[in-house]
Amino acid sequence: MTALPVELDEPRIEEHNRPDVPWVTIVWNDPVNLMSYVTYVFQKVFGYSRAKAHKLMEDVHYQGKAVVSSGTREEMERHVATLHEYGLWATLQQDR
Amino acid sequence: MTARFRSAPHGGVRLRISPDEARLLSSMAELLLRIVEEPEQQDGLAALVGISDSATRPADPVLARLFPDAYTDDSAAATDFRRYTENDLRRHKRENARRVAAAIPAEGGEITLDADDVQAWLKVLTDVRLSLGTRMGLETEEDVHALRAAASRDESLAAAAHIYEWLTYVQESLVQAAWPE
Repeated sequence: MTALPVELDEPRIEEHNRPDVPWVTIVWNDPVNLMSYVTYVFQKVFGYSRAKAHKLMEDVHYQGKAVVSSGTREEMERHVATLHEYGLWATLQQDR
Repeated sequence: MTARFRSAPHGGVRLRISPDEARLLSSMAELLLRIVEEPEQQDGLAALVGISDSATRPADPVLARLFPDAYTDDSAAATDFRRYTENDLRRHKRENARRVAAAIPAEGGEITLDADDVQAWLKVLTDVRLSLGTRMGLETEEDVHALRAAASRDESLAAAAHIYEWLTYVQESLVQAAWPE
């Protein structure tokens, strides 16, 4: 991966830092989606910095899955639906 | 085949493709339109608000990958999610495929895509690669390496593997060209 010094503005989604909200969106590793594409989608969908998106992509790739956002159940269902549009294997569950 | 996307102003990209590449890309978009069928016609309020009557996980592995369960630990919730969202996702994927097909000149040549087109192309290339990859049995990263090895010995497999690898290359170049500056 080439690391370009690109940083986006503040994330558009704020709820991922709220500790009291019990639902999470999980992205699972698959052998088809490109590492670059997955990073790109995390930036595009969540407004994350390139560094954060890249880290999440690596977590998915090397650990098999990663929590990519958290918030209310309704918010997570919207995130999962959007990630399915991009062909990522995403699910949601209550954070236990 | 060496088609490679380049950045264009305002979040757009450009691509120059040969007639062969144009035919291949068109056939892939058409393939996706055959795989992802239109939502079934329904009557009544459910149809009006986009809710499907039935919503079970597709038996076909390709469709199961394109329309995955949203819940792994709650099949009732997975069914509900599918009932409320799958028709929209189906329409979205078909609209993207039509948009890609419409942008490809039959004889090849220069294609210019705006920022919205780029999203459609990224999603279609992904859906096509997911479909081919699932059909070729790619479930793990080891399977991808095994496919490359097998393709070097088996000519019929080599053609499919070559198309898959070419689409991978095209998508990688699109991601790089589209990356926000």
